[in-house]
Amino acid sequence: MKNIFLIKYGEIAIKGNNRYLFENALLKNIRLSIKRLGIFNIQKEQGRILIEPEEENIDTEEVLNKLTKVFGIVGICIGIKNEKTDMDAIKETALYHMKYVCENSSYTFKVETRRSNKNYPLNSMEISKEVGAYILSNMGNQLKVDVHNPEIKLNIELRNSLYVYSKVIPGPGGMPLGTNGKAMLLLSGGIDSPVAGWMVAKRGVEIGGVYFESPPYTSERAKQKVIDLAKKIAAYTGRFKLYIVPFTDIQMEIYQKCPHPQLTIIMRRIMMRIAESIAKEENAQALITGESIGQVASQTIQSLAVTNAVVTLPVFRPLIGFDKEDIVSIAKKIDTYETSILPYEDCCTIFVPKHPETKPKLEYIQKSEEALENIDSMIDEAIKNSETIILH
Amino acid sequence: MREIYFDNAATTKASSEVIEEIITVLKDDYGNPSSLHRKGFEAEKYIRNTTDILASLLKVEKDEIIYTSGGTESNNLAIRGAAFAYHRTGKHVITTNIEHPSVRRTFQSLQEEGFEVTYLPVDSSGYIDETQLKEAIRQDTILVSIMHVNNEIGTVQPIEKIGKIIKESNPNILFHVDGIQSFGKYIIPVKRWNIDLLSISAHKFYGPKGIGVLYKKKDVRLKPLIFGGDQQRGLRSGTENVPGIAGLGVAAKNIYKELDEITKHLYTLKSALWKGISENIEDVYLNGPSIEEGAPHIINIMFKDIRAEVLLHALEAKKIYVSTGSACSSNHPQPSDTLKSIGLSDDEIQGALRFSFSKYNTEDEVEECVQVLKEIVPTLRRFKRGGSKK
Repeated sequence: MKNIFLIKYGEIAIKGNNRYLFENALLKNIRLSIKRLGIFNIQKEQGRILIEPEEENIDTEEVLNKLTKVFGIVGICIGIKNEKTDMDAIKETALYHMKYVCENSSYTFKVETRRSNKNYPLNSMEISKEVGAYILSNMGNQLKVDVHNPEIKLNIELRNSLYVYSKVIPGPGGMPLGTNGKAMLLLSGGIDSPVAGWMVAKRGVEIGGVYFESPPYTSERAKQKVIDLAKKIAAYTGRFKLYIVPFTDIQMEIYQKCPHPQLTIIMRRIMMRIAESIAKEENAQALITGESIGQVASQTIQSLAVTNAVVTLPVFRPLIGFDKEDIVSIAKKIDTYETSILPYEDCCTIFVPKHPETKPKLEYIQKSEEALENIDSMIDEAIKNSETIILH
Repeated sequence: MREIYFDNAATTKASSEVIEEIITVLKDDYGNPSSLHRKGFEAEKYIRNTTDILASLLKVEKDEIIYTSGGTESNNLAIRGAAFAYHRTGKHVITTNIEHPSVRRTFQSLQEEGFEVTYLPVDSSGYIDETQLKEAIRQDTILVSIMHVNNEIGTVQPIEKIGKIIKESNPNILFHVDGIQSFGKYIIPVKRWNIDLLSISAHKFYGPKGIGVLYKKKDVRLKPLIFGGDQQRGLRSGTENVPGIAGLGVAAKNIYKELDEITKHLYTLKSALWKGISENIEDVYLNGPSIEEGAPHIINIMFKDIRAEVLLHALEAKKIYVSTGSACSSNHPQPSDTLKSIGLSDDEIQGALRFSFSKYNTEDEVEECVQVLKEIVPTLRRFKRGGSKK
């Protein structure tokens, strides 16, 4: 008998001829995520993935922690594998597992059996019945049968070996990373952008980040905060390349040459241009922002339209219809919230105009931008002087 | 580019003598002072030595010295320890509006636990009013806690006078002084000034971090905060930080050997900085007391229409290190209570920068700092937060 992990995946199962691509990507990502925790035998098997530790003393909690961060996984079961499949082995394994799961608490349960070996002397119903009776006779003081709404569904699967499992730990869902292209995330230090990045990554998209720093208006701690956030995202995505773009000179230029109510909107447009250049260099096919309609002046529909007009790559805004509370609850779930609320200023807030334009018109903004004669070379310069950090 | 460290009220660089002493203890005399054997006794000797030094500097008895983990613990032990030892006598305590958070928050904790706290206001230079102090003292007052040197603006309270006022009203009221910014800058004759409890922190005068002292007058009772092996007469359990205590001893001895010269040097730097800044930069104001009246090492300057935090980072880029208030509050962007209490508006507080000096600083450094400020302040002023309406 040994502990194993059974991985269930959802959407991938319905993909057509490409299905193997998605499954292979998931296998690869699972392998990468637990590589450091020991030696495992990882296999596809009839619509699920089976992870068998090949050494003793595997840290089950840590394996679970990693697996719950692999996109594409819908559920993870910790179960037992037994090479023996005779009725006595089934009963003992089932009882052993139930004792492990229930400890001293009381539950209702039912047994469900599936067998791929149809030559087995008993059919599924008969096996369930016998195992249920055996468990009751041993743990009758703790357990009651409830076939409709059980707290514990004890699954028995008979294949070449016997598998017993019950609890399903939810995975993050989504699609395996790397199966849906690549996008660059505009990452500030706030609550929204890490969540936006996570949401797109969850759809199988490989992501990298672009952060704009404006010393002396932003501090080293603000930068460290963004690096820490990128690390939290990387816990899900694996390798995450972060560009840190020096932005002070450009902000000063805008401040000196453009009407102040338009500062933020023009700044956003230039950020988009820089992010798009970087995205192209990185062979990414889209940009991601944490914008949500109406949250601040630069996120009115008019402002979003004007910001959007400066780039040709598609811009994904997964939070567009989210309320702040919804965003916060995801941020808490993916553990970026506590970092995001550290009080360091980011470059978006330092020159927020007192009277910002909320309904900008593209022509007028473009007209104002004409005053930025050297902006192309300034943008090139900023990209050239960017620092890149690879996070894992 | 050389480094110019003007944040010595936050912490100082340990002197090489201090570092050597600490290394010796860590390497060779690593015994536990409570151990019965020779290794233990050798470690204990370091504590005895530092205690001798402190007792003679403060003119107190050796068993009136308690070692703590630093200024914050000393303040906590003094205030909470005294409040809970004497709460049957009364539950009224007095402090000021400009205390360090380690005092202010400790009083807030008492308030939550049923004590009544009077916070004395201060004038525009940061001084408390002696009449107001007299009036605040009541029958049930058990403790008055007033800092000697303010950490943000350098106001030096007349501790001797204050001690007299307190004891004349009622000799049983305990007088605690937060001396964390003043020990190593002033001679503190504890008995003559009627101080019952005095907090000291080593890293403010070239000693190591993580070690502090609480002077406690012999017959004053304190309820301990930390329980365990009953070290230090049960007032502060836990194996003594011998390397820290040894380093503190060396630092204390050295600083008082050269106190006059260093004080003079610090005032020279402070005056030069203010002269340089006020003569070369427009719209700057001195926060707190005058240059001569304030503590030798602290000067707080308001740069109008500048956000001090931005100025701080701009100076940082030139390897000049300063502070926007007390370092402990730099993680919270809320306006400083001290600066509010001396009557500054939120906008003015936003522009306040603290420079604090050490014996290592030089007049050249001050001059260089003035030159840098002269360049960057006008530039920063051109870029205002919020922009204009146009």
